Parts: sequence; C-alpha cells; structure tokens
Amino acid sequence: MGALGFILDAAEGERSWRLAEYVKRGGYAALKKIVSENIPPENIVAELKKSSLRGRGGAGFPTGLKWSFMPRQFPGAKYVVCNSDEGEPGTFKDRDILRWNPHMVIEGMIIAGYAMGCARGYNYIHGEIWDIYKRFEEALEEARAAKLLGDNILGSAFSFELQAHHGYGAYICGEETALLESIEGKKGQPRFKPPFPASFGLYGKPTTINNTETFASVPWIINQGGEKFLELGKPNNGGTKLFSVSGHVNRPGNFEVPMGTPFPELLALAGGMRGGRKLKGVIPGGSSAPVLPEEIIMECTLDYDSIAKAGSMLGSGAVIVMDETTCMVKALERLSYFYFEESCGQCTPCREGTGWLYRVVHRIEHGQGRPEDLDLLNSVTENIMGRTICALGDAAAMPVRGFLKHYKAEFEYHIQNKKCLVPEDVQRAGSGFFKVA
Amino acid sequence: MLSQESQKQIDREVAKYPAEQKQSAVMAALAIVQMERGWLSNEIIEAVANHLGMAPMAVYEVASFYNMYDLAPVGKYKITVCTNLPCALSGGVHAADYLKQKLGIGFNETTADGRFTLKEGECMGACGDAPVMLVNNVRMCSFMQPEQIDRLLGECQ
Ligand SMILES: Cc1cc2nc3c(=O)[nH]c(=O)nc-3n(C[C@H](O)[C@H](O)[C@H](O)COP(=O)(O)O)c2cc1C
Ligand code: SF4
Ligand code: FES
Repeated sequence: MGALGFILDAAEGERSWRLAEYVKRGGYAALKKIVSENIPPENIVAELKKSSLRGRGGAGFPTGLKWSFMPRQFPGAKYVVCNSDEGEPGTFKDRDILRWNPHMVIEGMIIAGYAMGCARGYNYIHGEIWDIYKRFEEALEEARAAKLLGDNILGSAFSFELQAHHGYGAYICGEETALLESIEGKKGQPRFKPPFPASFGLYGKPTTINNTETFASVPWIINQGGEKFLELGKPNNGGTKLFSVSGHVNRPGNFEVPMGTPFPELLALAGGMRGGRKLKGVIPGGSSAPVLPEEIIMECTLDYDSIAKAGSMLGSGAVIVMDETTCMVKALERLSYFYFEESCGQCTPCREGTGWLYRVVHRIEHGQGRPEDLDLLNSVTENIMGRTICALGDAAAMPVRGFLKHYKAEFEYHIQNKKCLVPEDVQRAGSGFFKVA
Repeated sequence: MLSQESQKQIDREVAKYPAEQKQSAVMAALAIVQMERGWLSNEIIEAVANHLGMAPMAVYEVASFYNMYDLAPVGKYKITVCTNLPCALSGGVHAADYLKQKLGIGFNETTADGRFTLKEGECMGACGDAPVMLVNNVRMCSFMQPEQIDRLLGECQ
C-alpha cells in the first residue's frame, strides 16, 4: 500500500473498516460540516470542478461536470449509483477500498446525494467478492445506527438511503447502463445513449454513476478543498490515484501515488521486476488499454495526458507488467477470448467481431496462422470500432491494435515458424508457479 | 418450493428497492436459492418468479445471463479458477492445470464422486493475489501455489 495518498494510507489492519476507526481518522467530518453549515449544493459541485477530479472507472470524465448535469429541479426520485463491479482484467483497487475503507465510499455517496438532490443510492458490487459485499452491508448498518444514513441525517432536513446490490458474474455490468439494467433485475445489456443516465437512468429517473474510487475521493476534497486536491497531482489530473500492479513484479498490489508519478517509481514500489528479469511491455490501464513496450512506458508519467500521448490509456489504473518470459501472442489470445466471452451479443460488429478476433489470434498461437491474418485482424478491428452500442467493442479491438503495432515481429514469427519465440518452460518459470504438474 | 429461510432472505432483499420494483431483487433471490440447493432447476426458477411476481422466462433470462448461476447440477465444491492474463502471468493457468491433473477432470466437469466441479473464471478483481480461485461462489482463495491447493482440496470433504 502506498503511503502517499489518503484512501488506503491510514486504513490498515483488520479493524480499519469499522465506523469507529474511520471516525478516528477524521471520517464523516465532511458530511457533518455540510449538513451543519447547510452548505449550498452548488458549492460542492464547484469544489469538485476546482479539484479536477476525473472519474476513476476508466473513462476519466470530470466528476464535477458530471454532477452538474443532474437536473436539480427535477421533482421525482433521483439516484446515486456507485460502480464497484470492478471486472476489467488487472484492476483490483475497488476491492481494497471497500475492504479497508468502506465508510469513505459511503460518505462520498451521501455527499453526492446531498449535492445532486438524490434520496437513494445503490452500490453495485462485483459478484466474486462476497465477503466484501457482506462487509459493505455491515458498514451500512453501522452508518444507519449512527444516523449517518436514513431519515434526517445527523438531525438535519436531509435524508438519504443507501443499499448494496450484489452482481453475479458479468463483466459487461461494469458498463454503466448495463449496470442499471442489472439493478432493475434484467440481463445486463447496455442501453443506447442518448438518453444519458443523468436524464434517464435507474428506473428511468435521473441518475449519476461513479466509480468507487471517485466517491472515495470526495470527502477529502470537501475537507481540504479542491485546490489542494489538484495540487496533489498535476494540472488537469488532480489528486492521487490507486494503481493496481499485477504480473511479473516482485510485490504485486495497490499503490496510491500522486498523478504524474514517473512509471519507474511505481515499478520500484511494486518491488521491481520478478527475478530481476527484463521488462518487455506494460498494459497501463486495464486489459483494454493498448500495450506499451519498455522503451515507451519507462518514459511515461502516470496521468491521463502522458499515457494518452504515448498511445494508450490510463483507464482504471491497472498496470499489467510483462517480462521477457511472456509470449505476446498468447497474452493477446487470452484477452481476446475474454472479450468474446463477455460480449453481451446485442450488436453484430461486437458479437461477430470479437469471435473473429479470438479465432484468428487463437490459430496464430496454435501454429495455424496464415500470412494474411495480420491484415485480417486489423480490418476486423476497423469494423468494430465506433460501430457498437457500448465501449466493449472498442475495448476488444484496442488491445489487438496495440499488440500488433508493437510486437508484430513476434506474430510473424509464430505464423512462419508455427511456434513461439519463448519456449513453454521459460513461460512457466516466469509465472512463478513452482511445482510442474 | 422456496424454504421459509429463503423466503425470509429474499424479502429482505426486496425491501432494498422501491415498492414497485420487486424485480430488482431477482439476482439476489437466485443467489439465495442456489446457495441453499446447489443449482437452479426450472422448478425453482419458477418458484422465484412466482414469489417476485415475474414471468418465469424473465427470471430464466437472468439466470442464464450471469456466469455464477448454475443451471445444471454441480459438485459439492465448485472451484472456479481465474485464468485471465494478469493471473496467468503469475501462475493462474498452471494452477488450473495442476487442479485438472489432481482431480482428473477438465473445465466444466465434475468428479465421479460428485465432490468437485472445475470452472474457468474471468477476472475476479483480485489479480494481485494470483493464482486466485473461488469456492462455491463465496470463498475466495488467494496465492494458490501447489501446497495451498493441496490443503484446500483436503479441506473440501
Ligand atoms: C465494458 C465496460 C466495462 C466497464 N467496467 C467498469 C468497472 O468495472 N468499473 C467502473 O467503475 N467503470 C467501468 N466502466 C465505465 C463505466 O461505464 C462508467 O464510465 C464509470 O463507472 C463512471 O464512473 P467514473 O466517472 O467515476 O469513472 C466500464 C465501461 C465499459 C464500456
Ligand atoms: S458493444 Fe458488445 S457488449 Fe456492448 S452492447 Fe454491443 S454487443 Fe453488447
Ligand atoms: S485476472 Fe485473475 S483476478 Fe484479475
């Protein structure tokens, strides 16, 4: 865990998630200040805008701006929804936030309810993390008992109810409109946009959806001010950010560092390369972000702008590190299989295209590739991108392009020699799984 | 068809949503009955539909869309191994191979004694703890090297 941020920083140890511990760390001070001083909702939104906080779920959309889209005068129900469906391969930060600091998310969501005039909220929690879901429910109980949730919060006129919704294994439900469908008790299939959730969201009512880490950043911004948050990071990239580092490093885990931290520093925090081996490439923002080879990523700083300039995306902050023992064709094959499996099947370019991508990469990996396959892959990606209802189509296409752009020779080698550049036993040794089955 | 305990749990879930949105509890209801019975038969899906005032087909659609529901019987212990890339880089696929060899079954198969079913899983949001596996949808096991896998199998009696 990084000691530079504020989300996981003080929250360590088995009891850190409890309400009493959170309050000891200064928790719920922001909410208390807001309700006791009757702070006008627009001031909260203005503070967020000043902070330059950008959504931590992947797209990096400015949070203050998103909140300002909610129709303040709308008379009926409005909703705040938290996206804890974390399923983008490589991403495991929201699980740790909910494990060690659930009240920070709860406080952020209550403040969001206050700022946007919503009386109800839901936190959609990834299916595979049952214990975290149960813990979140317990944290909600604590908050209710302390009058931080429910009617007349802390004796004020403001009321807000919050519930947890447990997913059950569908990556696509991380897409915000699929997530809403899922809460409504349906298959998680994304909706056409527009209308956007701010006008037609949960149960057809205005709704704002943010990522877990986004909500967790809100109390700090209220306490310390938007300007201070911005100063933690760099212009246009406010704050600290959690990076989930996985793959071929000595110490995989979450590290909370200021936006704009040079990549080599993060790599060092993660204990450096496993076994001192050579870095081959890094997927910097979750599995849909294009891979970057060593010479490019080592020059990057970790913020939306620097990674975008290098031709990839900061995304969810999931940093997948691959060393020289990695077969890049096999790596892409596994990712392509994932998108093919998880496509909801509504749009033809995505449903058919993800199947094509997987089958072609699969045959290259298995020694049956044809020389024209690389052009075929490129043309399939062209036929997917920008032609689908949701961004999963693009998410499936972008890694293919990234791998082909930077590791084309390796794909060609597979096609010509019908085998891998990296011998199987070297790959196995790289994975660190000790007993050979 | 639904046990009293299941009904009680389902009604607690229903209360989380606006009164006219009972259907929102369908995912939780299916999870609850699956936890009790091991898998989701057509009869139990219909019972859930009746309880929530939904069309059975609508409940079936949900049950078949989400990966963690089982529409056919599974072993007493369903072990789902994450083999997605981040885990694979740290032994996820090798851990799955090891399990296959020890249990003598492949993915989506059940041991002859009905004790184990093996499934291939997608990212569980725990990639830093690879290899990871999930037992019966609720128990996540981290850093599963051969020794830990042996111990887990021993515990699953
Ligand atoms: C296929 C797909 C999967 C997504 N998965 C997630 C996810 O697991 N968690 C998340 O917060 N956002 C995810 N998103 C992004 C959400 O749609 C949405 O933009 C985000 O939750 C908004 O929150 P933010 O503005 O705080 O980032 C996904 C998007 C797509 C297209
Ligand atoms: S792009 Fe793919 S996942 Fe998204 S709505 Fe279309 S078919 Fe479904
Ligand atoms: S890739 Fe296995 S848990 Fe994320």
